[in-house]
Amino acid sequence: MPNMSPNKAPMPSQAPDVRNKNFLEVATGYTKEVAMEEATRCLNCKNKPCVSGCPVHIEIPAFIKEVAAGNFEGAYDVISKSSSLPAVCGRVCPQESQCESKCVRGIKTDPVGIGRLERFVADWHNAQPDVKVNKPEPNGHKVAVIGSGPAGLTCAGDLAKKGYDVTVFEALHLAGGVLVYGIPEFRLPKSIVQKEVDTLKELGVKIETNMVIGRVLSIDELMDDQGFEAVFIGSGAGLPRFMNIPGENLCGVYSANEFLTRTNLMKAYKDDSSTPIMHAKKVAVVGGGNVAMDAARSAKRLGADEVYIVYRRSEEELPARKEEVEHAKEEGIIFKLLHNPVEIFGDENEFVTGMKCVRMELGEPDASGRRRPVAVEGSEFTIDVDAVIMAIGTSPNPLIKSTTKGLETQKWGGIVADESGATSREGVFAGGDAVTGAATVILAMGAGKTAAEAIDEYIKSKS
Amino acid sequence: MYKIVKKRALNPTVTLMEVDAPLIAKKAEAGQFIILRVDEDGERIPLTVAGYNREAGTVRIIFQIVGATTKKLNALEEGDYIHDFVGPLGRPTETDGLKKVCVVGGGVGCAIALPVAEKLHALGCEVHSIVGFRNKDLVILEDEFRACSDKFIMMTDDGSYGEKGVVTAPLEKLIQDGENYDMVIAIGPLIMMKFVVKTTKPHNVPTTVSMNPIMIDGTGMCGGCRLPDFDGFKVDFDEAMKRGAMYKSFERHAYEETCNLLNKEVE
Repeated sequence: MPNMSPNKAPMPSQAPDVRNKNFLEVATGYTKEVAMEEATRCLNCKNKPCVSGCPVHIEIPAFIKEVAAGNFEGAYDVISKSSSLPAVCGRVCPQESQCESKCVRGIKTDPVGIGRLERFVADWHNAQPDVKVNKPEPNGHKVAVIGSGPAGLTCAGDLAKKGYDVTVFEALHLAGGVLVYGIPEFRLPKSIVQKEVDTLKELGVKIETNMVIGRVLSIDELMDDQGFEAVFIGSGAGLPRFMNIPGENLCGVYSANEFLTRTNLMKAYKDDSSTPIMHAKKVAVVGGGNVAMDAARSAKRLGADEVYIVYRRSEEELPARKEEVEHAKEEGIIFKLLHNPVEIFGDENEFVTGMKCVRMELGEPDASGRRRPVAVEGSEFTIDVDAVIMAIGTSPNPLIKSTTKGLETQKWGGIVADESGATSREGVFAGGDAVTGAATVILAMGAGKTAAEAIDEYIKSKS
Repeated sequence: MYKIVKKRALNPTVTLMEVDAPLIAKKAEAGQFIILRVDEDGERIPLTVAGYNREAGTVRIIFQIVGATTKKLNALEEGDYIHDFVGPLGRPTETDGLKKVCVVGGGVGCAIALPVAEKLHALGCEVHSIVGFRNKDLVILEDEFRACSDKFIMMTDDGSYGEKGVVTAPLEKLIQDGENYDMVIAIGPLIMMKFVVKTTKPHNVPTTVSMNPIMIDGTGMCGGCRLPDFDGFKVDFDEAMKRGAMYKSFERHAYEETCNLLNKEVE
């Protein structure tokens, strides 16, 4: 008899007014007992709609059944058949628009806490004494992976398991991509990412940091001189967008990428960090996605008294995960919805002092299907702020495109790739944000997985 | 880890290092830069490539000891290792088709002006060099500049060496005397580059400047630099100077803190 409780077991978390002053993880995770209890809410239904909502098709009811039975290692085995980064995805996936949105229990009550259970299983597995990973038999073929974010790590892991000699090239000094420079410690502890990277190394994957492909080596050199038979480009979407409004170059106006990289990768939140960051008192974050929430909550933790999210549409259109929006509100972030910045003001030394905004209202739906925000005439007003963080999106870095002959790209910079990840260059595959533009960790992971299969087929077909 | 194979003090506050980095040495061109971290958890700082030896696989950097990180870097000796060393980043200085160029270097900026002058000289371009320093004690790389310049002018602020005055005075004179430069390349403090541009603009001499702004990744990822352009006529120097002051109080603090630490170790 399933557990018919209408509510998801709540996630134990640090209290909002405690956590908004530290960088420790917000949610502390289910206990064994709570996880087993929550697992019994799953009806184990026959047509498994949740699986269709998962970009990598994890056998969700199967793993939850194992959790309910207390067989956590069994649950982990089920998940890891489909996902390479469960501890990451359990934390950062937008479950409410994926698996959980399809859950039958969700029609009338809360859906099963699939994400929370996934996280529990992965954390339980990671807490067990390390089992020596069996290095697969080498097959003698070399593959290069560019970028060590979710797409690259997944592709590298899958290929290594098939016996490929895989080298991952990372531009920064630390592997993990957006998982280490972008997503803050309080949402995704870096030790989890490190664990995933270490597992790959045990599988025999080589990770070369400080390698900006396109500068120090080109894709052609990797293939022609270094003997890589195929290349996977998972270089992400790292180029920040700005609004092009007056005052955007004032001191105190950051791209979210810069602000988060300083805070996360460069650990500017620690007192003894050698990387400077402004500890602003009143901060406006422009944008409504996960990155905007991360930036706002980081600014709060760095000591800001007032942090605003300034977003031009309404709450319903906020692209961020629901949980992040809720967490941000609990932590005291002030939402200025249906507002749009038009100008940033500065003092005589060109430090930010304020931002002029205009009120917006929603008009007819635009190309994205969302109602287009329109400025309300004469509604301008100024808010006092001493820092502004632009979190309005990123696009792929043009470096690889501009240094790789014959690699087709979209007008906006995305690499053109088919469903398998194959690009216009033979032997060159791509996936993740570098192809789609800024999206989610799980989609990038899925693309890395698909490309690993395609690369395997490609190399087999050649030899 | 990247080994320091040579270290030499050029003057009391400017140090030259040659670093073992074969992949970077193979590709580096004048005008490009590297990013380094002295140690784990260190700050990422950009430094312009001051030279390279493709055969030996070494990259030369020249830096002024101005902040906590350059101070830590200067504490390393030959045989020590730099934790991270990434490059070559940025775009090389464009030298195609140039027949006659005036290279203007100011202070430690001369370290990055030199490889540009050397490259142009090697390409058969006529090179005039104007270098400026505060005083005689701070002069660096004079012999190297003389070796690659068809005309060489040394300026010091106090007149203790060469001619007294700023670099723009001889530049103005040379242009007025009818030296038809295809380009002026200015590398030095922002204020110097600003005045070089003020000098060349009325004569419509194309001018390239070298910007060393705030940055983290060096690949375009953070957007901290806000530099769409390196055409001197288009750079907003006043804005760049103010952006450069963004972390000044932090820098000063970090620098003094390491001073205190070092003092303690000495005691």
